[in-house]
Amino acid sequence: MTYIAKPKFHHPGLPKNDLGFTHRDYEGKISTLCAGCGHDSITASIIEACFELSIEPHRVAKISGIGCSSKTPDYFLGNSHGFNSVHGRMPSVLTGANLANRELIYLGVSGDGDSASIGFGQFAHSIRRGVNMTYIVENNGVYGLTKGQFSATADRGSKSKKGLINNDSPIDLVAIALQLGASFVARSFSGDKTQLVPLIAAAIQHKGAAFIDVISPCVAFNNHAGSTKSFDYVREHNDAVNRLDVISGRDPITVDYAPGTVQLVEQHDGTRIALRKIDADYDPHDRVGAMSFLQKHAARGQIVTGLLFVDPESDDLHSHLDTVEVPLNTLDAGDLCPGTAALEKINASLR
Amino acid sequence: MSVQSPISSVNDFVVRFANVNGSGSASANEMFARSILRHGVPVSPRNVFPSNIQGLPTWYEVRVTEDGHLGARGGVDMMVAMNPQTWDKDIAAIEPGGYLFYDSTKPMPASKFRADITVIGVPLTAITNSTYTDPRQRQLFKNIIYLGAMCALLDMDPKLVEQLIGEQYKGKEKLLSSNIHALHLGRDWALQNLKCPIGLRVKKADKVGDRIFIEGNSAAALGAVYGGATVCAWYPITPSSSVADAFTSHCKKLRHDPVTGKAKYAIVQGEDELASIGIVIGASWNGARAFTATSGPGISLMTEFIGLSYFAEIPAVIMNVQRAGPSTGMPTRTQQCDIIACAYASHGDTKHVLLFPEDPAEAFEFAAHAFDLAERLQTTIFLMLDLDIGMNHRLSRPLKWDDARQYDRGKVMTAEMLDEPGRDFGRYLDVDGDGIPYRTYPGTHPTKGSFFTRGTSRNRYAIYSEEGPVYADNMQRLVRKFETAQDMVPRPLQANAAKPTKYGVIYFGSTAPAMDEAIGILESRGHQLDRLRIRAFPFHSSVASFIADHDFVYVVEQNRDAQLRSLIVNENGIDPVRLIPILHYDGTPITARFIAGAIGDHQDQLKVTPLRKVKS
Repeated sequence: MTYIAKPKFHHPGLPKNDLGFTHRDYEGKISTLCAGCGHDSITASIIEACFELSIEPHRVAKISGIGCSSKTPDYFLGNSHGFNSVHGRMPSVLTGANLANRELIYLGVSGDGDSASIGFGQFAHSIRRGVNMTYIVENNGVYGLTKGQFSATADRGSKSKKGLINNDSPIDLVAIALQLGASFVARSFSGDKTQLVPLIAAAIQHKGAAFIDVISPCVAFNNHAGSTKSFDYVREHNDAVNRLDVISGRDPITVDYAPGTVQLVEQHDGTRIALRKIDADYDPHDRVGAMSFLQKHAARGQIVTGLLFVDPESDDLHSHLDTVEVPLNTLDAGDLCPGTAALEKINASLR
Repeated sequence: MSVQSPISSVNDFVVRFANVNGSGSASANEMFARSILRHGVPVSPRNVFPSNIQGLPTWYEVRVTEDGHLGARGGVDMMVAMNPQTWDKDIAAIEPGGYLFYDSTKPMPASKFRADITVIGVPLTAITNSTYTDPRQRQLFKNIIYLGAMCALLDMDPKLVEQLIGEQYKGKEKLLSSNIHALHLGRDWALQNLKCPIGLRVKKADKVGDRIFIEGNSAAALGAVYGGATVCAWYPITPSSSVADAFTSHCKKLRHDPVTGKAKYAIVQGEDELASIGIVIGASWNGARAFTATSGPGISLMTEFIGLSYFAEIPAVIMNVQRAGPSTGMPTRTQQCDIIACAYASHGDTKHVLLFPEDPAEAFEFAAHAFDLAERLQTTIFLMLDLDIGMNHRLSRPLKWDDARQYDRGKVMTAEMLDEPGRDFGRYLDVDGDGIPYRTYPGTHPTKGSFFTRGTSRNRYAIYSEEGPVYADNMQRLVRKFETAQDMVPRPLQANAAKPTKYGVIYFGSTAPAMDEAIGILESRGHQLDRLRIRAFPFHSSVASFIADHDFVYVVEQNRDAQLRSLIVNENGIDPVRLIPILHYDGTPITARFIAGAIGDHQDQLKVTPLRKVKS
C-alpha cells in the first residue's frame, strides 16, 4: 500500500545513539493511515523508544494481527522482520516465535477489535503464560478499516459517527491484563509522547508479559462529540498516576515531568525505571490496589494513565518451561536427534 | 437351533473382552495380548471405547493371528462378557460354535444364553470376595483372575504371563507378588473345575520376530523427536491427545541437556486449536521445527492459519488423527474422512501435502520426514493418521534411523549469503525454477534480508501489491512448488497379482493390513488384483499410469463420500467410471471380509454370462 518511496537522505547533524544509529535507522515505510491518526503517533513513540534504548533494529520481531493498528509495523523498524498475521491471532504467532528464539525482542502490535473481540482469548492466554513481549493495543474504540463499527472497548453510551449509541458494556483490557497476571501493565494516550515513550522503553526492557493500552483516537470515525475515545475527551478525562524515566546505564530520556515524588524501580535485567508519581498514594507494585484504583477512577469517568503495575521480579514462559539458554531454532540434528542407539533401546522396550 | 460343534482353532481366533470403562480392565486385557505375543504368535488388538471416562461399555478385541493378519477380522470366537449392560448384544455377537466366558457368581436364567455356543462360567466375584476385602483390590484383581482362567482355557504358558507381570511391576514387589497370586487363583480354579483347554488354543510359534508393539500416536510423536521438532502446541482432542502426551514423555527422556538438565523443546497446551496452529506458525516462521496434533474439528478451526501457511509460505506440520465426523461425529471411532478437508483446507485456491502412513513404523518415518518436507517446501504438511493406527497397539517392524542423516532445513539465506556480491534476496523470488523461494530467519542481518510477512498479496520482494499479474504470477509459482512436491513425497507402492489382470485396487493408510489379507481371500475366489498403496498427496505420476494400465480400479477407503477417489479424479483428470468406490464408514475399522466381499461381488457381476446360457 506504500506507493511513495521514502527518501533516504537525512541531515548530517541528526543525533546518534550508542550504536551510531539515527532515528532514520528505526523508521519504516511511509504510513498509509489517515493524516492525524493516533496510530502514527504511537509508531513515532516506538521509534523513539527503540532509538533511545539503542536496540539493534534487526533484533526486534514485530508481529501484528489485522486492522489499521496491525498495519503499523510496516511503518517502523524497516530492518526488522515483521509478521502481519491473522485477525486476532498475533498473540499465538508471537508466542511461537518467542519459543523459537528467546534472544530477539518481541513487539506485538494489535488493536481493540483484534485484541478485545476476535482475539480476546489469545490476548488473555498469552498474558497468562507470561510470554516475554511488549504487547501494545492501539485502542480507538472502532473498526477503522471497515469504516467505523463499534469495538468492544467502546464505552456504553458513546456515539458512533453515524449517530448510533453503543449499549454494550466496554471491555477494559488494562483491568483484565491486571487480573490475568501481566507483570507490567500501563495505559497511555497516543497524543502524550512524553508519557508513552518511556513506557514503551520500560516495557521492552521488562522480562515477561508487558501490556500497554494506548488510547489512540481515530480521526476518521471516532473523533467526534459523543465519542469517549476522541482527542478532546481523552485530554479532558486523563488522570495520570505517574511519569517515568528509563535509565539504562546512560542519560535518562528527557521528558517533561510533572512535579511529584520520584521512585526508582529496578527491573530484572538491572535497568531502572524512575517513576515520578503524580498521585502520591499510588503504589505500582500493588496489583490489587491497581485494580481498585482503576475501577474507582473509571466510575468517576476518569481514564487512568501511566504505569499501573510492575512486578520487578517477574519471569517468563521460557523460565516456566525451563528451556535451554540458546535459541531453539539454532539446535540441529546433533542436539535434537537421540540417534540409533537410543532407538534400539526403545525398540527393545516395546517387545 | 442347529447342532454346532465348538470352534477348534490354534493361533487363529478372536477374543473380545466386554468391560465397563474405568474398571481397570484395560491393563489386564493388554497383558493378555502381550502374553500371546510372548508365545511368538502375532496379535492385533483394538480398543472399542466410548467418549466417556467411567461407567460406559468398552470392548477390547484381540485377534490372534499366526498368519500375521493385523487388520480387524470381524466376528468374535470367544466373548469375555464382564458387562451386564451389554450382555444381550455381546452374546449375540459370538460366532456359532464360539465360547462365552462369564462371571457365574450369580445364577443366570437359561434364556440368557445360546444353545449353539460353549458357556464357561467362572465365579469371579465369589473368588475375589473370598480373597480380598478392599473394594478397589477386588475390582482390579478380578481382572487378573479372569486373565489367569483364560490362561488355562487357552493353554497359555503361565510362565510367560508371569514374566510380563514381573516386567510391569519391576521394583514394586508387593504389587508383583499379589498380581501373580491373583493370576494363579484364576488359573487353578479353571484347571480344577473346567475342561481345559477349550477348542481355541495358543501354541508357541516363531512368527513375531523382531517386531515391536506400539501405538501409532506414540510412534508419530517419536518421529517428531527424531525429526527435530522443538515446539509442540496442541489442544486436547480425542484421538490425538496421546500424540502430545507421548511427545512430552519421549522428550522428558531424550531431550534434556545432560549438563544443565534444561529442555531442548517447548510444549504448550494452547487455549484452542487456533492458538495451537498460531504458535506452530510463529515458531516455524522464526526457524524452529514445530508441530501440532489434532483431529477433524481442530482442522476445521485451523483452516484460516493453514491458508496463511500456504500463501505466506511458512512451514507447519499438522498430525491429524482422524475420527468419524462430521461435527462431533463419533469421537472414539475411526475413519479416513478428512482427506478433502485437509487437501484443500482454507479459503481461496489452496492445496496441501498429505502423508498417509499405514502403521506405526511409517508413522514414525513420515513424521520425521514431514519436518524436512515442511521446511523444504515452506508449507503445511499433514500427517494423516487415524484412530485405528493412532490409539491401538500394533505389531510393527522396528523403528529405524540413520545416524548420518542430517535435517533438510530448506532454502534459508544466512547473513554470509546475503553479503555475497550480486546476491539478490526476494522472499518470493523463484531463483531456480522449483517454485521454492529463499527465506531468512528474523534477526539474521542488520541491514539485509528483512521482510514483512503477510497474508495479503505481494510481489516477489514481499512488497504489498494488488496488481493482477503480480498476484497471478505468485499463484502460478505456488502451483510449480506443488509440482516439485510430487517427487519429494513418499511414492506409492505397487504389488502385482500372480497373473496378469485388468483389475487394480488403490488403498491407503490403515486399510493396508485388511487389504493385504483381502487379496488372499479374493485370489482364493479366483479374482486377481494388482495393488497400489498411495502414501502421499500430491499424487505421483505412477498413480495415473496405474489407473491407465487397468480397465477398472477399486478405490478402498473409510469414508462415505469416496474422498480419495474424488481427489484422484479431480487432480488427475480421470474418468470417474473407471474408479469403483469401496466404502466402509460405520466407525469400525475396515475388515478383509468386508473388502473381499464388496470387491468379490462386484467382480462376480463383471463376469459376462453369454446370452444363450441365460435363455436356456
